[in-house]
Amino acid sequence: MVAIPLVVDLVFIWGPALATIVLSFTDATGAAPIHWVGTKNYHTLAEVDPSFWPAVRHNAIWLGVFILIATPLGMLFAVLLDRGLQGSRIYQSVIFLPVMLSLALIGIIWQVIYTTNGGLLNTLLGHGDGGGVDFLGDPSINLWAVLVEATWRQAGYVMILYLSGLKAVDLALKESAALDGANGWQTFRYVVFPVLRPVNVVILVVTVIESLRAFDLVYITNQGGIGLQLISAMITQQITGPGNRIGYGSALGVVLLLISLVPIVAFLVQQFRKEDES
Amino acid sequence: MPSAPELAFTRRSLLQGSLAALALGGSAGALAGCGSSDSSSGGGGKTVSIGSNYSDAGVKSAFAAVVADFNKSSGLSAKVNTVDHNTFQNKIQTYLQGTPDDVFSWFAGYRMKFFAAQGLASPIDDVWDKIGDSFPDSIKNAAKADDGHYYFVPLYNYPWVMNYRQSVFDEHGYSVPATWDDLMALCQKMKSDGLTPISFADKDGWPAMGTFDILNMRINGYQFHVDLMAHDESWTDPKVVKVFDTWKELFPYYSSGPNGLTWEEGAQDLQNKKAGMMFQGAGQVGQQFSKENLADLQFFPFPEIDSAYPIDSGIDAPIDGFMMSKKPKNKAGATKFLEYLGTAKAEAAYLASDPTDVGTASDYDQSSYNQLQKDSADIISKTKNIAQFLDRDTRPDFAYPVVQNALQQFINDKDSAAAAKSLEDQAKTIFV
Repeated sequence: MVAIPLVVDLVFIWGPALATIVLSFTDATGAAPIHWVGTKNYHTLAEVDPSFWPAVRHNAIWLGVFILIATPLGMLFAVLLDRGLQGSRIYQSVIFLPVMLSLALIGIIWQVIYTTNGGLLNTLLGHGDGGGVDFLGDPSINLWAVLVEATWRQAGYVMILYLSGLKAVDLALKESAALDGANGWQTFRYVVFPVLRPVNVVILVVTVIESLRAFDLVYITNQGGIGLQLISAMITQQITGPGNRIGYGSALGVVLLLISLVPIVAFLVQQFRKEDES
Repeated sequence: MPSAPELAFTRRSLLQGSLAALALGGSAGALAGCGSSDSSSGGGGKTVSIGSNYSDAGVKSAFAAVVADFNKSSGLSAKVNTVDHNTFQNKIQTYLQGTPDDVFSWFAGYRMKFFAAQGLASPIDDVWDKIGDSFPDSIKNAAKADDGHYYFVPLYNYPWVMNYRQSVFDEHGYSVPATWDDLMALCQKMKSDGLTPISFADKDGWPAMGTFDILNMRINGYQFHVDLMAHDESWTDPKVVKVFDTWKELFPYYSSGPNGLTWEEGAQDLQNKKAGMMFQGAGQVGQQFSKENLADLQFFPFPEIDSAYPIDSGIDAPIDGFMMSKKPKNKAGATKFLEYLGTAKAEAAYLASDPTDVGTASDYDQSSYNQLQKDSADIISKTKNIAQFLDRDTRPDFAYPVVQNALQQFINDKDSAAAAKSLEDQAKTIFV
């Protein structure tokens, strides 16, 4: 039974991954003969393409914000809702809603909030007639504006994942912690959190994956233009855009693959070490 | 104009812009059904297959009317394979190398020449022997590739111009500027009257290309535009730097934060009389205006900067049309269809419900045109050279994302030399 998933894995994951690595050393465009160009594509991205290093930096910032803000926020929501607040189902739905909205709608919602042209935020700041802060266009701040959108969505996602984990925690554990005089924070920190280790690992993995493949929000904002360059958006622009620079896009893909390997390897090493211990 | 997928698509959709991202994800694979579907018409026969990217409901039915009329008058049976606009453009290379339809929708300019040079399209000089008399020289030139042969039959286009509201000009006593100095003076006056002189919005990444094009053509001429787009001229040429430097003089009169504004918002500022002018496709601005306001919408050609290149020497007026694939299954039928398309009658059938674009044939019956269309047709017919807009006049992989990002960066930091250098460095890696 292992054979089928293995074949699927080889054909649909490792096959394309290897092909990407091979293509990254060519000038493939989908038309015309393909030539080997050595490491030229890598040279171009590191030395010529003005979007590449900003993209790497933005991906790192994205990951940082997700780990430090979005994910803890989602966990906080989950813990609060798990206490059985009145109307918790309503809060749950509201917080989870952004995860379910279509991208087109999300784009419109935030354009209306952020635009300098009588947007909600600029109107509140007293610039309803224009001349306010260019949240989505100014490359020194638009990443942060989009990260607010991303957090708005990621927190809801993490909340749902974590909430399902919290529901599974044995109530007796919490009760005995309370009997021992632990306060809310202590109960969470020393009892609930360690018990939820498997869920935590899932959430960490989800967070890392979501940061690396972050793409849709910047794409609907300015197609990954200035201030919002991300590696995944660059790959999309190069490969699926009208240009079809498949060779160059593949080089970007390989870079993303290498970056993705870091957390994956770290995760696997930790897993194996644990298995050895047990 | 936006022939990048989302762009052309955008112009014709209701939920402009935002939907483009959806279409990108939702339509992959749609092209698979294209081209291979019609195998019944080996060598001659009555069937002509047409690959069309006119996928939006309105244009799809307009084009269906054209094809129905052709089928009736010719006795042939033309079949349309419609593919989502975005997908069609993104997959065009693979499509043309596989088994494409006999005839396919495409754009004039470098994009047409590119496929002609690769041998992926058939020359159609015989078609032009028949239809040539109906077109002005500017359109004829736009239908030829570098080898001097015709490859393209135009259907419609629209000009890039300075749009304004007549009532605003009347109210403040403004007059249409003829030269750069006039334009600067007008902007100054508008500013003191509390208007944003020029509505400028480049969140979508392509509208700024129109301004770059027109400044380049007014300062360096049409031929330099063509050579620069083909990278036969360098982007670090002082002539290009001068374009950027001249552009900087406009920024004090622009909307604030143009990189965060969609062009639709920009057009609304013009409609709401917050802005005095907007340099954009005439049809695009028209689509954003309400019916009552549309009659008030006027435009003038971008003013002269260097008297060596007067206002009738060149403008962007991107042309949509059709080409023949390299090995059409039914060459005689495909020729007939293209001959039919190259008539005022076919253009009129297609444009019947389109209040902004204009037909390209000189004998087009203009009685159905509104004022905007009459003016558009007039300016196009008076202009000697029709450029196709930056993204169609250069390699698509250079236009997006390279030029798009570089112009947004320039709008942000207004560094002419840095913009020129960045463009040249990247052009060198792409034009090899």
